[in-house]
Amino acid sequence: MANDWKSFEPLLIPDIPNLQDIEVYEENGGYDALRKILDDQDTWSRKSVVNEVKQANIRGRGGAGFNAGLKWSFMPEPDGGPRYLAANGDESEPGTFKDRKIFEYNPHLFIEGALIASYAMAVDTIYVYIRGEYISWVEMFEEAVQDAYDKGYLGDNILDTDISIDMEITYGAGAYICGEETAMLESLEGKRGYPRVKPPFPAQKGLWGRPTTINNIETLANVPLVINNGADWYGDIGSEEHPGPVLYGISGHVNRPGVYEYPTGVPVMDLINDVAGGIRGGKDLKAVIPGGSSTPPLRADQLEGVTMNSDSLKDAGSMMGTAGLVVMDEDTDMVEVLWRIAHFYHHESCGQCTPCRDGTGWLEKILIKIKNGEGEMKDLDLLLDLGNQIEGRTICALADAAVWPVRHTINRFRDEFEAKVKKSVHAVA
Amino acid sequence: MAELSFTEEELEEIEKIKAKFPTAKAATLQVLWVAQRKYGHVEPDVQKLVAETLDLPASHVHGVASFYTQYYKEEQGKFVLDVCTCLSCQLCGGYEILHHLEDKLGIKAGETTDDGMFSIQEVECLGACGYAPMLQVTNGVYVNNLTKEKVDTLIENLKNGKKPEFESMAMPELEKRNQAAAE
Ligand SMILES: Cc1cc2nc3c(=O)[nH]c(=O)nc-3n(C[C@H](O)[C@H](O)[C@H](O)COP(=O)(O)O)c2cc1C
Ligand code: SF4
Ligand code: FES
Repeated sequence: MANDWKSFEPLLIPDIPNLQDIEVYEENGGYDALRKILDDQDTWSRKSVVNEVKQANIRGRGGAGFNAGLKWSFMPEPDGGPRYLAANGDESEPGTFKDRKIFEYNPHLFIEGALIASYAMAVDTIYVYIRGEYISWVEMFEEAVQDAYDKGYLGDNILDTDISIDMEITYGAGAYICGEETAMLESLEGKRGYPRVKPPFPAQKGLWGRPTTINNIETLANVPLVINNGADWYGDIGSEEHPGPVLYGISGHVNRPGVYEYPTGVPVMDLINDVAGGIRGGKDLKAVIPGGSSTPPLRADQLEGVTMNSDSLKDAGSMMGTAGLVVMDEDTDMVEVLWRIAHFYHHESCGQCTPCRDGTGWLEKILIKIKNGEGEMKDLDLLLDLGNQIEGRTICALADAAVWPVRHTINRFRDEFEAKVKKSVHAVA
Repeated sequence: MAELSFTEEELEEIEKIKAKFPTAKAATLQVLWVAQRKYGHVEPDVQKLVAETLDLPASHVHGVASFYTQYYKEEQGKFVLDVCTCLSCQLCGGYEILHHLEDKLGIKAGETTDDGMFSIQEVECLGACGYAPMLQVTNGVYVNNLTKEKVDTLIENLKNGKKPEFESMAMPELEKRNQAAAE
């Protein structure tokens, strides 16, 4: 796609002043997608909406990249009881700060997307779970929801049809784990955020034992685009296997950090140099974490031709995650960085599974030893070994997310780690 | 300490919260928030009030209050400064900001100044990584792109009762274009 991305006009957060006001949103085609469906429910049956979204292949923007329409199709047939959509606005993966832009700049696009999703899955109540620290954005978003109620887009008999959908906002109180989908359900039920053992999956037994689908805020904001313009149009944006617009969050040692909207598939180096203004202080690039702290870092020399989509990042040895890029310059101490990441996962482990609770503690402890110059060469292999023992043996993916950066940072920056441990051996001798 | 209680108004707010969910238990987090906003913390007697109001076992409310980091399990300073030192903030000088604050206020993270004005906490990523280093004031407003000077001004202002205002961190591109349009 070379330089195509440069002429891209934002779709999720277009450059329209005051788009957060419902009137401005309506003037710019807002709620047309919902209206189109509800006005012609024969053409737009629930099933055909699910199929259109499935065909568009909106890959989940919460980290795992799962096809949203396919996920919706897992909901069982309605049985007359309550059904839920839980929208995930917990946004706590280090390096990720994009969903808050939707609450602030284009909340109605998300509301419209959540409504279309709810129609398609015969959901009657949407819960929007926002991290507690985002209280400023909770308050902004509450206004948008109230406006949508006042205008008849939410509540009973939406747009004078027999469709009724409610949206309730709630927020957390500080716990990264509540972004994990089943921990979020526990938290919504008023409990500690302990991830649930799967199966049963939320589509079968979610909130209060009823069918529930969990989607990220940005994922749902993509839905009206698909309904307005069609799955084929959407599929032509960005990379073939991972299409659509993306809110890239760029942080770390760049001149112009921030959130930028471009299609998937933009070269990583273009995002750093052209979009974010290059490395601060004219320094060289050392490494990039492409999609939040759990995605393995890539060395500068691994980035040739690498683009921001799942296939390309997988080939390079990383993942798309949340598209939150953390950029590190040549002076960055990778041992310190890895220790800080390990500290995060240790701090946030909910403690249910022994391999995660104790394992993340050991990872951190050994890394502290190494960064303090007291590590030995065998500690590096011990770290890798511990990782293998933790991975895949726990209830949720937090433990895996803690292991990946450890494994790949050591393997890709081994000399930096060896330098720290070797020095200590000399000091002792 | 005198018996704690919610006012009529607060009880009305709590009824509204309960109406969002099919169970009273689901309201636990939000009612703890109502209580913390009123009392400034959720010490055991406050937890007890929440449990009684929602007709839930005290052990449940205690379990929730202790699981989530934003609930203050003991009384804090008038202003709680939550300094992020996580990944992006670490890279952009979050620890320098934390240590500057510690030196300035003469306390360590986790402590409160003798006059009860300030508490400092070191926290994990707050979702403001592009505006690092940053801090949050008492579970409220974010203060972004910190420098030592900006921290000094913040402390002075807080001492004078002037709280920071919400800072909208525009999308850089929109900002650029809006500027161009204005010129
Ligand atoms: C430890 C952990 C933390 C997570 N945090 C978040 C989060 O903050 N926001 C989010 O949308 N998804 C998060 N996820 C992913 C969710 O479990 C879930 O896959 C996602 O919300 C589904 O939405 P999507 O398919 O639209 O991406 C997290 C997963 C794990 C394992
Ligand atoms: S893997 Fe870790 S965070 Fe996930 S459930 Fe187990 S202990 Fe909790
Ligand atoms: S790392 Fe500090 S806000 Fe994300």
